[in-house]
Amino acid sequence: MSGNEAVARAVWEAGTKVCAGYPGTPATEMLEVLSTYPGLYTEWSVNEKVSLEVAIGASMMGSRAFSAMKHVGLNVASDALMTLTLTGVQGGLVIAVADDVGLSSSQNEQDSRFWGRFAHVPMLEPADSQEAYDMCRYAYELSEEYQVPVILRLTSRICHVKGLVTVGSRVEHKAGGFSKNAERWVMVPGHAKRRIPLMHQREQELKRLSDRSPLNVIEPGADRRVAFVTSGPAYMHVRESFPDAPVLKLGMSYPWPLEKVAQLAEMADTVVVVEEVEPLLETELKAAGFAVHGKDFLPRMGELSPEVVKPAVERLLRKEAAPAPESAQALPPLFPRPPTLCASCPHMGVYYTLSQLKNLTISGDIGCYTLGAGHPWNSLDSTICMGASMGIALGMDKGRGEADKNKKILAVIGDSTFMHMGMQGLLDITWNRGNVTILLLDNGTVGMTGGQNTPANGRDIRGVEAPRIDFPRLVEALGVKKERIHVIDPYQLPVLFKTVRDETKIDDVSVIITNRPCVLIEEFKPFKPYVVEESKCTGCGNCVEVGCPAIHVTRREKVVKPSGKEVELAFTRIDSVACTGCGLCVQPCAPEAIIHYAPAGRVIPVVPA
Amino acid sequence: MSDITNILVCGIGGQGVMTATEILSEAAIAEGHDVKKTEVAGMSQRGGVVTSHLRFGKKVLSPQIAPGTADVLLGFEAAEALRWSHYLKPGALALVNDARMVPPVVELGLFTYPDDPIGEMKARGVRTVSFDAATIARDLGDLRLGNTVMLGAIADQLPFSAEVLLECIVKRFARKGEKVVEANRKAFAAGRAAALQATAPA
Repeated sequence: MSGNEAVARAVWEAGTKVCAGYPGTPATEMLEVLSTYPGLYTEWSVNEKVSLEVAIGASMMGSRAFSAMKHVGLNVASDALMTLTLTGVQGGLVIAVADDVGLSSSQNEQDSRFWGRFAHVPMLEPADSQEAYDMCRYAYELSEEYQVPVILRLTSRICHVKGLVTVGSRVEHKAGGFSKNAERWVMVPGHAKRRIPLMHQREQELKRLSDRSPLNVIEPGADRRVAFVTSGPAYMHVRESFPDAPVLKLGMSYPWPLEKVAQLAEMADTVVVVEEVEPLLETELKAAGFAVHGKDFLPRMGELSPEVVKPAVERLLRKEAAPAPESAQALPPLFPRPPTLCASCPHMGVYYTLSQLKNLTISGDIGCYTLGAGHPWNSLDSTICMGASMGIALGMDKGRGEADKNKKILAVIGDSTFMHMGMQGLLDITWNRGNVTILLLDNGTVGMTGGQNTPANGRDIRGVEAPRIDFPRLVEALGVKKERIHVIDPYQLPVLFKTVRDETKIDDVSVIITNRPCVLIEEFKPFKPYVVEESKCTGCGNCVEVGCPAIHVTRREKVVKPSGKEVELAFTRIDSVACTGCGLCVQPCAPEAIIHYAPAGRVIPVVPA
Repeated sequence: MSDITNILVCGIGGQGVMTATEILSEAAIAEGHDVKKTEVAGMSQRGGVVTSHLRFGKKVLSPQIAPGTADVLLGFEAAEALRWSHYLKPGALALVNDARMVPPVVELGLFTYPDDPIGEMKARGVRTVSFDAATIARDLGDLRLGNTVMLGAIADQLPFSAEVLLECIVKRFARKGEKVVEANRKAFAAGRAAALQATAPA
């Protein structure tokens, strides 16, 4: 089982009734797997804050509840968390937060362990799948015993590592029922003030628990040159690097067990804190008077591994005051393989169009379409966080000076991101009379995380039919004029080109909605593939500029034009196994050299603008 | 940690790297090993680099294979095999599908794809055998058999018998019917033969 599968299993076995989350790498599979279990309610929420609120409501009714998200998701949900810690929980409530350490698919790297200290709630950190399962089961007991939400902190190397897990069976949990109690559940200042001391008292009790908890364990070891304090996957790297050294392994890393740290410190002259990502424990242990090492020798970003930990600590032991080494990756100098849009991706025509237009400033968002910032399109100028394309575009419009007076401001956002946090931004644009052209790329799914259902495709997490959101009506209700709303087919380049050009000329808010499905979901049906007719190809290279991964250059040739200018021709072929026939490359092909490969199949006729 | 076997599988998103490693790990579990398997998914689905680390033995701690410690490299694509060849132990074997998957950034002329990645691996002293998994699969009637061809290729480099791995493949395809199972058996055998032929002294 992967760590995500193990957590899902434990949540189900704990008798949990309500599970909510928003997709995000590396957290996505927890909810996906939970949705396959019987006897509990699961949902994709529209964003992480809503997902935590759903879990809180269920907990108030006395049911066990679960909310899962990636690290940036907890930023969104933190507003709810910071007050939830005052009310506490009724039914056990576990929040699983997955840190994308090393940024495989995120806009930043964050250390979610800070939320434990910030929100005064216990933080459990498994080191592998079995522990993820065990700790998640325990988290529900802990949550109910102390009436506190418990955060289960995972990282990519927990979520996506598979290992053997011994599981149990589901134990039904009975909802105790809601007990009306305004002083507990209605957090007005007067009530909240009375809850704060209770929170502090709970934290003191949890501190004592941490020092006696079997989750925080000292493994003595005979190699007394150095002792380690560590947690999560970093523990495995320490054990692998120094098999016989004393280690304090923190399964419950907040509150930290200072008595156990003191015991460990007796075992060796040198104590090293090995933690991913921030020097959180290190700082706290220093503040508590322990002379520990940590980020003075270990890297402050990215994943740790034995090949990072071992040499760094050995240098420390040799008393070499050298900083952490550069990444020791002896990769041969090879071309990169950046992620790119799929063949027939409905976003591709949009970015090809944007790349052909001048004088645009394009505010982007989080999703597959962030890839529009890459080659060959280079058509995305900013990405900050979910939904930010809206507010940033408005700020660009309002903040522009003389230098940007003639720029057209655009925002590009996907359907799921728009519903996550973009809608409020659009309302802000219309209400404050911004001049922004918005491209709402509706591909009917959360594409980047593997095609989860959204309100835009009218199916819930289990694939059951659900109300489908009507984007034209939604954006109209948010204040966009009806005549400024266009729904278009993103495979029709002339239409796309004309609509974007016309709307950016108008001093008002426009929304252009594209309507083709993501190629990775079942709604997408491949069309007839194309091939390049070799004898007709003139090497103009226009098709390469579309950016499709199915188009390959067969040969390049330098020629001198009559004007005396030297140009490089690129003759191409289409990988007809990869091509799904969207026809985007056919449209800019000057000599009409791109033709259908097989006689049978579905075809998209190109319509003039 | 000498009782740990490290297998590195590499390729690009969508090639079936993760599925192949999954089946290899099932075989290791069937043999009673402790097993850890890791990769970073997410954006790899969009044509990015994929590596999958498989470690098995008595007790596996860290899931990651360190450079210079892999016992076998199974490469689904020629340049990717070259990219990760420094993960192999000195003298360890790389089994490589010689397919060339050229990404758009190369087609745009921004970077170059090596002329002969497998030749470069050999020049760097990596014991490399290569074969054309796609053609083998196509000759057997279905391109999708490429994954099983790759598994066949690695079958004789594992610390357990090839039959254990084959059983795991058969189990996976069992519900798709006898015809599919039979095609996969043939693909597995063809992969074994291709690798053995290539490893045989000339």
